[in-house]
Amino acid sequence: MNLASTILIDGLTYASWLFIVALGLTLVFGVLKILNIAHGSFYALGAYAAASFVGWFATLKFAPAWSIVALLLAAVAVAALVAPLTERGLLRFFYGRDEVLLVLVTYALFLILEDVTKLVWGANPYYVSAPYGLFGNVEIGPQVYVGYDFVLVGLALVIGAAVWWGLNRTRQGKIVLAVIHSEEVAASMGINVSRVYMLAFSIGIFLAAIGGAFTAPMISVQPGVSVGVIIVSFAVVIIGGLGSIEGAAVGALIVGLARSLAVHLAPVAELFSIYIVMAAVLMVRPEGLFQQTQARKI
Amino acid sequence: MSASISTAVPAVPMRPPQRASRHLLVIGGIALTAALLVAGAFMPKWLTFLVTMAASHGLVSLGIVLMMRGGVVSFGQGLVFAIGAYAAALAYTRLGMTDAIGLAVLGGFVATLAVAPFAPLLSRYRGIFFAMLTLALSMVVFGVLVKTDALGGSDGFNMGRVTVLGQKLGDAQVGYVLYAVTIVAAAVLALLARIYFDSSRGLLSLAVRDNELRVEYLGGSVRRAMAINFMLAAFAGGTGGALVVMSLGHIDPNFSYWTTSGEFVFVAILAGWQSVLAVFIASTVLEVVRSFSSLYFPNTWQLSLGLFLLFVIRFLPRGIGSLWIRRTGASRHQDAPR
Repeated sequence: MNLASTILIDGLTYASWLFIVALGLTLVFGVLKILNIAHGSFYALGAYAAASFVGWFATLKFAPAWSIVALLLAAVAVAALVAPLTERGLLRFFYGRDEVLLVLVTYALFLILEDVTKLVWGANPYYVSAPYGLFGNVEIGPQVYVGYDFVLVGLALVIGAAVWWGLNRTRQGKIVLAVIHSEEVAASMGINVSRVYMLAFSIGIFLAAIGGAFTAPMISVQPGVSVGVIIVSFAVVIIGGLGSIEGAAVGALIVGLARSLAVHLAPVAELFSIYIVMAAVLMVRPEGLFQQTQARKI
Repeated sequence: MSASISTAVPAVPMRPPQRASRHLLVIGGIALTAALLVAGAFMPKWLTFLVTMAASHGLVSLGIVLMMRGGVVSFGQGLVFAIGAYAAALAYTRLGMTDAIGLAVLGGFVATLAVAPFAPLLSRYRGIFFAMLTLALSMVVFGVLVKTDALGGSDGFNMGRVTVLGQKLGDAQVGYVLYAVTIVAAAVLALLARIYFDSSRGLLSLAVRDNELRVEYLGGSVRRAMAINFMLAAFAGGTGGALVVMSLGHIDPNFSYWTTSGEFVFVAILAGWQSVLAVFIASTVLEVVRSFSSLYFPNTWQLSLGLFLLFVIRFLPRGIGSLWIRRTGASRHQDAPR
């Protein structure tokens, strides 16, 4: 029983982290039809920005509780600065081209951002410790968990609810849904599609950055954090179906539980459990769990 | 859609060469190989090593180009690269097989056999999903390799010096001899690839890239073509892997990591899918950029690589090869933005 609850809780915390990170990826694909390899780089930017902001808040002698605000600000700053630059300055030139070509463009962007983060922040690791101890420890049965991990779960729920509400209950959100469904028809109905692209891309980057910012206290922020994140978010998004919010949630839960099971029951499978699930889902339902099977078009 | 109008004539981009030009091709290939072999005797050691790496990595990218001609991009070529390399390294250390040529061929065959069960499955996928599935498979193998302590885990293991045709290699010769073996192997496979590209099955791949439904209506088997392309790519990748491990003397699971596959895709995109020579030129370009960047600006070599890739995608969407191979009429519009 204890093992089961440990597996569940570990799976849940990992899944919430995955959900926050993968949601931006699936949103960007749904709207812009771009599978963004640089998503992990934006995550890393969020983490580094968080390190900087928390550091600034500390030098300005704010109470440690304000470090959470610092994390949020970091994510906002990254999204506000990087999103317009990337979308207007780079991606705009490649819209409408083949999907795989766009993947390569984002791969080039990933390479560029790897070095840019190294140039700006250096190669040494940063430790963002201020927020981690804020929530104390939580005891569940014999296991002691850090309260911060459950903050992530709460954050995932808030973000999921916010994105769902934003897409389904606001006018702008319904416009985004229309563009997801068919950008041509939306454009012919008078929707400013490039503004919607901009909005969706900014939200996608914000979600990646907030994932990075809130994860920063849990890891050492150093070059290379982006590489592992990209691959794992791909797995989640592919499993759930590209462009589907519910898919990202379900995919995150599946991957989180799979990894948790592997870690506790079969540690040798830990590294590749995610990819086995991804390969299995791809073989059975190629479009992901929450997508309609597309008919081939002539 | 404008794309279907401009491709209304299913243009075959190149007419199959006449027999005279086929002979010319073989002679040209042999001449180029001979020239490289002679030049290698006078090149400094670092240059022979660079060209050896470029040629063997080029072989792996040749596999990607083979599949790109069918319209799919594989992000998991690191899989066959790693399998071929591990097969060669294990044959050397566990089975005592030391002949360089034998190891290279073994690497190719083991890689092909290892992925053969997946070929029919993979032939059903296109676009992003093919890329992701190949990526997933290569990452699974990466995970398995890292966790397998018998194979050295994440450190990998070393491999000693190979022999060539029964001859042991002295310190002074080993660089040049491995260079020669790699160049010859690459040349042979490149020529075979060129011949395959111009054969009817190779041209079928181009037709599949254009419009696979039409190919099926005309009686061609798209899935069989894709599966065969995949296995041939595996052979090229495995041979390349074996050649690399022989020159490097070390193997580790990073051979199968997705960033390694990404570099092979980079070379394939840079080269384009029309010219075989362009693949090796592109591979050499990457090795040169990598070596010189690591030396002169170690902090920004990925930046330069990324910028270079963007430049190529934007201005040379069909790769370097398109510089000297022209396409006929209608299909020239295929890659233009819609």
